[in-house]
Amino acid sequence: MEPSTQTGTRTGGGNPGSGHPIDPEFAGLPLRELAAAALQRARELGAEHADFRAERIRGQEIGLSDGHLETLMDADELGLAVRVVLNGTWGFAAAVDLTTQAAVRAAEEAIDVAKVAAAMNTERIALAPEPGYGDVSWVSAYDQDPFSVSVGDKLALLSGWSERLLASPVVNHVDASLVQVRECKFYADGATTALQQRVRLHPVLTAVAVQPSGRFETMRTLAPPAGRGYEYMTGTGWDFDAELAQLPELLAEKLAAPAVQAGRYDLVIAPSNLWLVIHESIGHATELDRVLGYEAAYAGTSFASLDKLGSLQYGSPLMRVTGDRTVPHGLSTVGYDDEGVASQSWDLISGGVLSGYQLDRRIAQLTGFGRSNGCAFADSPGHMPIQRMANVSLEPAEEGPGTGELIGGVTNGIYIEGDKSWSIDMQRYNFQFTGQRFYKITNGRLDGQLRDVAYQATTTEFWNSMEAVGGPQTYVLGGAFNCGKGQPGQIAPVSHGCPTALMRGVRVLNTAEEGA
Amino acid sequence: MSPRTTSPRTTSSGGGVVQSTGPQEIVERALAAARSDDCFVIADESSTANLRWAGNTLTTNGVARSRQLTVIAVRRRAEGTSVGVVSRAGVREDQVEDVVRAAEQAAADGSPVEDAQPLLGPDDDAVRKIPAAARWDDPVASTEIGVFSGFAADLGGAFEAAQGAERKLYGYAEHSLACTFLGSSTGLRLRHDQPSGKVELNAKSADLARSAWAGCATRDFTDVDVVSLDAGLERRLGWARRKIDLPPGRYETLLPPGAVADLLVYMYWSAGAKDALDGRSVFSKPGGGTRVGERLSSLPLALYSDPATPGLACSPFVIAHASRRESSVFDNGLGLEHTDWIRDGELAALIQTRHTAELSGLPVTPAIDNLALAGPPGSSASLEDMVARTERGLLLTCLWYIREVDPQTLLLTGLTRDGIYLVENGEVSGAVNNFRFNESPVGMLSRLAEVGATVPALPREWGDYFTRCAMPPVRVEGFNMSSVSQAS
Repeated sequence: MEPSTQTGTRTGGGNPGSGHPIDPEFAGLPLRELAAAALQRARELGAEHADFRAERIRGQEIGLSDGHLETLMDADELGLAVRVVLNGTWGFAAAVDLTTQAAVRAAEEAIDVAKVAAAMNTERIALAPEPGYGDVSWVSAYDQDPFSVSVGDKLALLSGWSERLLASPVVNHVDASLVQVRECKFYADGATTALQQRVRLHPVLTAVAVQPSGRFETMRTLAPPAGRGYEYMTGTGWDFDAELAQLPELLAEKLAAPAVQAGRYDLVIAPSNLWLVIHESIGHATELDRVLGYEAAYAGTSFASLDKLGSLQYGSPLMRVTGDRTVPHGLSTVGYDDEGVASQSWDLISGGVLSGYQLDRRIAQLTGFGRSNGCAFADSPGHMPIQRMANVSLEPAEEGPGTGELIGGVTNGIYIEGDKSWSIDMQRYNFQFTGQRFYKITNGRLDGQLRDVAYQATTTEFWNSMEAVGGPQTYVLGGAFNCGKGQPGQIAPVSHGCPTALMRGVRVLNTAEEGA
Repeated sequence: MSPRTTSPRTTSSGGGVVQSTGPQEIVERALAAARSDDCFVIADESSTANLRWAGNTLTTNGVARSRQLTVIAVRRRAEGTSVGVVSRAGVREDQVEDVVRAAEQAAADGSPVEDAQPLLGPDDDAVRKIPAAARWDDPVASTEIGVFSGFAADLGGAFEAAQGAERKLYGYAEHSLACTFLGSSTGLRLRHDQPSGKVELNAKSADLARSAWAGCATRDFTDVDVVSLDAGLERRLGWARRKIDLPPGRYETLLPPGAVADLLVYMYWSAGAKDALDGRSVFSKPGGGTRVGERLSSLPLALYSDPATPGLACSPFVIAHASRRESSVFDNGLGLEHTDWIRDGELAALIQTRHTAELSGLPVTPAIDNLALAGPPGSSASLEDMVARTERGLLLTCLWYIREVDPQTLLLTGLTRDGIYLVENGEVSGAVNNFRFNESPVGMLSRLAEVGATVPALPREWGDYFTRCAMPPVRVEGFNMSSVSQAS
């Protein structure tokens, strides 16, 4: 592949015109010189492919307990990595010194690793071609860099929110936390040189009530993690004031709620809960490396095997699910992935039928897809990129019903808000979820909260039981900072958008009876 | 193989040449630069090497090094003590002061903390009793890809054998060496070198319908027997040739040591004194206080941690990069000793900082990075012995995707994985469908019918975070298999 001479920026959910410069400390490093030295050394040593990454990842974690500061930690990770293919075998090495010598040494070490690994390699590595994009840059969409806000201001905000909740006689304890990340990546493979930056943050408040009997309940904010800046804390993208005002009353109602009677119920599931079902039962199930067995000994495989592409009735015909790395504020949104592939959007499930997978360049080449859809990601300079999840989202129905209308169509059911506990088997069949709030639905109306609720289902039965999909007015982009995969373990941030949805006849458990 | 040593290094940076200073010198420079009332400095140097394979071929691999400096600045004022923590990777000598100043600024920006305590010094009893291990000034050791040279050859042989026998091997091997240097403005200079490693081997039949797993922890890979692990998996795949469908229900179940470790490690992580005191954990006493002193099992079990346990050795002193609910930076350097969490079947201790110990009136018992369970004196049965005296029950291989459902009872859910077998009349009669379970490890302790001999165990689910375990196989009455999983 010949290098392109193109220079520019991409939109792709980013905001190149917003005036946010890429961290000058990172951008000011001799990144291109380091890359050139490493790539040249790898070529000299016979690599048929080599790529270079340098990363700076700033993180800040703040934790308060009952309004008192408990954790305040700033982390700043910096390093470089060289990945090679030598005689059809991967080699990877990483270093912490951003020096020419360290870059060259990493290239040599990656070659050495490939030589040792060759004895165990029986499948020749080849990468799907990708156009070269020249020297490009991309910055995610945000207004205010969280690292430009003083710690004092953040503590004042979180402490104030905690005090508001503690002022309620129902609330005995409050946990408040805020995790913020600014991730800068530089990638070069001779054809594409990409410099990128994105920010994300996740504020969480949890109210705890303890009764003299020893029984306790918690209620957490539903605000999802977001690919936004500090403006998220002050009213853009989420109304924390409104949510905090409701939390004590909701917690009190939960404390007084009757236990659910185990059985089958129609479920109306809010996006704040459904995103996690999408993540576990669709997101991971459509990772093609996983389908092929590359995660078999760890995260597992998938029932959605390649022979079922185009035929598996994954869910009801109402179901359209997309893989996407372009949506603004998405946690998996980038300009270019960690293999230099431009970000894209595509269908995973169309009309309820399995229609696509998530790919990286190696898997795309191996399976004949022709081109990667840009899902390679490494969570640190010390880790090799693997296929990680795009923003996998369930599309709303145009002109679809609101949540109230969906509830109105249920005679005996449960309305679920917020995620809590989750677990799914190693082929993505059997899952169990709980939530933050469960409301009984009686004759089309909410009839008070229930407690001790969990629901269990098998993936395709669950999605085929989806009778109605809410309209765009119910759509919310949820997600997580900490999706785990791979060995060595890597975490990745990912968003999942979805509307409210109605499922018929799902098995509901009483968790107290389960533990008795 | 013996670890390679690297210290100090000379590197070139952007055309210039800078001296890359050893972690000991970095600690001294940071402490010398500190202007705060008190200060901890932690320098972490680590190296890792890994191999991963699937379908009888290598998939990914790598070596990596990291170097991290953490400065914990303590600021004492009339209104209270505040703390600033800044952790930065790849810090050069000329950047050390920047990190110190950033931590001091964070302390100035921060509000008072509740866990403030006097810093420990080298003359404190809690520090003096720490056994001597790695010397402060010794060079830093690192691991490299060559740690696998013998193992890789054996694994290549196993691939060939598996290919011929229509089996597919999947798995992962990892070795790491982490050297931690802790210094303080009160004169602490403590060092801990921690080798860690693990191997996981998964065998599947060619049609992927049968699956078996084995794993072990290791400090240096000299004790890993790939041939033996593979032979055990072949035997289990043989057991699975006969398939038996069983419905959900409560079954007498034999848990191997690794599965026991997964459940008890989660219980250990949930044993923080602060949560218990706040009334929000399974170890909270209704009306206030903790359940320390309550009987959890009718058997005289001992659940304990001991940094000096042979084969499971871990840091003999507290290393806390940040304060959290179960740890306090002010305890850095505090000596760790044998701690019984459960003694004679009774809850004996919870994870305490010096701060929570003051609140609870209980001894200071910080977390320790290993965990062991011992049955009644004389427990000597192996898993095979226990199978032989089982009339009818289930035999598990491991548990997976374990998540908390209800903190009140510590109800956990998860799946059986890679081999669950029916035992009838003392023999394995076939492989059973997988199940989703809903069980509490606390409740399970009261339903243990038999406890075998304690042996080294790798918790499969939590092995990314916690590898140093010794557990017995156990027989549990009425293990709750809540629903059937179609996964094979």
